[in-house]
Amino acid sequence: MQKNLRWKIIIILLAMLVCIAYIVSPEEKDAGFFSRINLGLDLQGGIHLVIQVITDDALNQELDQDALAVSREFKSEDISFESSRRGEGYFISVKGVDSSGENEARDILDDMYGGNYEIQSRITEGKTDFMLTMRASEIRSMRESTVRQAMQTLRRRVDAFGVAEANLQLYGESGEDVQDQIIVELPGVDDPDRVKEIIKDTAQLELRLVKKERGGPFPSIEAAYEANSGAFDEYEILGFSRDAREGGPAEFLVVRKDSVITGKDLKKARPSTDSNGAPAVSFFLKSDGAELFERATREHIGDNLAIVLDDEVHSYPQINDTIRDEGIITGSFTQQAANDLSLLLSTGALPASLKIIDERSVGASLGNDSIRSGLMAMCIGFGLVVVGMIVYYRRSGVNAVWCLIGNLIFMLAGMTVLNASLTLPGIAGIILTIGMAVDSNILIFERIREELRSGKTVRASIDTGFGKVFWTIFDTHITTLIAAAFLFQFGTGPIRGFAVTLTFGLIANMFTAVYFSHRLFEMMLGGRRVEELSI
Amino acid sequence: MELFKQISVDWLSKKWLFLAISLLLLIAGGAGYYMRGGLTYGIDFTGGTIILMKFNETPDLDRIRESLSPETRTPPLIQRYDAPSKNMVQVRIQSSFNEEEDLEAGRNRMLDVLRKVFDPDNVGSKLADFNNVGLDVLFQYLIEADPDGLAADGKGSLEIEQYYREIAQNLKDYRDKDREGLVPAISDLKEVPGVTAATVAVLEKGFYTGSFAVKGHESVGAVVGADLRNRATLAVLLSFAGMLVYVGFRFKFAYGIAAVIALIHDLAITIGLFALTNKEISLTVIAALLTLVGYSMNDSIVVFDRVRENLRLVRKEPYVRILNLSINQTFSRTVMTSGMTFLSVLALLVFGGEVLNGFSFALTIGIIIGTYSSIGIATPIVAWWYRSRELKPKRKTA
Repeated sequence: MQKNLRWKIIIILLAMLVCIAYIVSPEEKDAGFFSRINLGLDLQGGIHLVIQVITDDALNQELDQDALAVSREFKSEDISFESSRRGEGYFISVKGVDSSGENEARDILDDMYGGNYEIQSRITEGKTDFMLTMRASEIRSMRESTVRQAMQTLRRRVDAFGVAEANLQLYGESGEDVQDQIIVELPGVDDPDRVKEIIKDTAQLELRLVKKERGGPFPSIEAAYEANSGAFDEYEILGFSRDAREGGPAEFLVVRKDSVITGKDLKKARPSTDSNGAPAVSFFLKSDGAELFERATREHIGDNLAIVLDDEVHSYPQINDTIRDEGIITGSFTQQAANDLSLLLSTGALPASLKIIDERSVGASLGNDSIRSGLMAMCIGFGLVVVGMIVYYRRSGVNAVWCLIGNLIFMLAGMTVLNASLTLPGIAGIILTIGMAVDSNILIFERIREELRSGKTVRASIDTGFGKVFWTIFDTHITTLIAAAFLFQFGTGPIRGFAVTLTFGLIANMFTAVYFSHRLFEMMLGGRRVEELSI
Repeated sequence: MELFKQISVDWLSKKWLFLAISLLLLIAGGAGYYMRGGLTYGIDFTGGTIILMKFNETPDLDRIRESLSPETRTPPLIQRYDAPSKNMVQVRIQSSFNEEEDLEAGRNRMLDVLRKVFDPDNVGSKLADFNNVGLDVLFQYLIEADPDGLAADGKGSLEIEQYYREIAQNLKDYRDKDREGLVPAISDLKEVPGVTAATVAVLEKGFYTGSFAVKGHESVGAVVGADLRNRATLAVLLSFAGMLVYVGFRFKFAYGIAAVIALIHDLAITIGLFALTNKEISLTVIAALLTLVGYSMNDSIVVFDRVRENLRLVRKEPYVRILNLSINQTFSRTVMTSGMTFLSVLALLVFGGEVLNGFSFALTIGIIIGTYSSIGIATPIVAWWYRSRELKPKRKTA
């Protein structure tokens, strides 16, 4: 019996030592002690963003492309029509189809778009108008895939930016049809503005042909419009980016609506320098894109090719020769801008624009202050409890202190193993755990005192005390765990951090206060007949 | 040491006194609520922006207020933050800038205005503000300038990069840790390990030291605010329901009801005191309120548990006596636990710093109220529920 007990205590102490060793051991070679404990953003400094993906962007783009494809198809089939455009509200309206081509048009539309669109038609003045409304299921799946793509792109960008332990997570009301928000947490990042530039930039690269005649550049939209007397079917007017605008009146170009290649055809991009030694970005194409690019450049030698980034023209070099798989983007870049752009192009374009709807940034110095005051409060609180317990319960109080220490160690070890972060409310959770742990000990001690008073022997009092209080402790812990579970499930950021530490602490306490403490008392008795208990 | 040996107080006969105390506290809170026109919610729930700044000298709060007021729709709330010697100011702008304006653009506009007022010499300067610059910018700047001439010495680019990354990190650590975020002059940087006179000279060409630094900021869109509010309410209601069910299952339904009424009582009084003292209800305060819920529940359960046990032991006693007995038996524990927990929460309130202030305040109040309510509210309700038991005949009243 006594031998058994010794082993039990030794095993528990060994477990504690192992936990301590694990907690303080450096995670990597050069990392300091305690590097395994993840600090939350509020303690180490960093940025927390909630980003809304404007999925309508991607939908509109898809609608635009389909509208353009319809007009291309009709033209190649010699169906006469007036226009094919995207309307406001997820539909394409194809107007003024001649009665001669009506049936053929209907077949084409049914064939190509019947799956994703609902097709209605109406006849006015001998011509037919078609309306293609995108199906709700299609809208939904487009939205979902847009958010998924945005998330992947963001992850690549954040990784390329070199943020360790960045956390990305889908978020949003579960009641809505699609979760379209993304939480981005970047610990240790100290320059929010730069990060946001990198995150928010859609980086849609397109190479588009400039209109052969009267393509510009023009000083104003009106001039561009008048020069082409309003004939814009396949073309549109794009403005220059701010950098490219400097040093000349040239502001607008008339370019084709469709692009030769886009960012999707890119293999990679890297910062380089142009012929004058100024910073620039070189890009390399995948084999499919290279083929397209080669054909286009061969056919259009002498024309200008606009390099368009997020609907802004950066430059429009003349095509002097057939190019296959490599190109360069120039424009007055700073070195940093060239670095950032090549990062963005390499990691891919965002399928839609993003809006930051919640942003928290904690400076490293503020985090430092918080750690200091949080830890200080914790140590003082712990110290007060230790003194109070030992004064009031004497030798048994020492047992309680051992249990508290064990509790803290197991809690921290559990959090470290599961990679949970310690946050400021988390420290508060630890303090609350100390409170609950002390409560369990007090409950037991008071019960033992009662049993002693009723005349039981020391050993019997201890055993009944632990036995009777077990269910009280069980009930209080389960109730608090239920509350913690709801906090974790429905709470956000800080509330979750609190729930996590509380949960680990309570579970550890069930073990230390009930089992470990009982063994400590048994050890105190040491198998002898004891007349008096220091409690 | 033992403070309460074997007390025998007739707690239940004092129920009208308890009721009076509770009513008084509730009325005080309610009065505070109406006088202040409701509760002050944090930007977590309303949407808005908080900027935390540190100044190099005692900031003139009125000047900040005057310069920012024309820029916002609602008047900004300017408060000192933390110890006065830290020269820290918290600017709070309820309900974001304009409906349409980007959170970021709005905040930058505020900072531009403040720069004009507090840093007039440096507005339009080509130099960057050392106190608000990130690690990456410092590093890029140093590598391009190469003040220690490593490239000329024929060092490899990897070595150069490592060298300047370390210096940039040291500079940042010096600013954020040694100087708490604000360096008064570039020339002070010569103290930083690894920084040579040449580096300081080069830094002086690229940077100035602004008179304030942004130590942190939070911007919450109005939509997110509403979302967070809903989630917090949901969490509270569900945890109530969860605990009601558990206690109802483990004990008796009436106990669950009594415990939950005691909880609502605790929450109402604590929130009332928040209204009275005009403290802000933020997400962390909600966490504290939920802790308080768990804590108050804990107290009620300890008493109920004892009642359950005593009911088994002494069947013939009247219910009220059993309740009194149970409270008395657990009283020593109740006082000790509350005292100990109170100590640790008090440490949090006094030493935990500004960020945790609302949290610790809620808990400090909550522990007192929660302890009181398990005796003064929950048990009388149980007694009232089972009062019929005493009317039963054939029972000795000892």
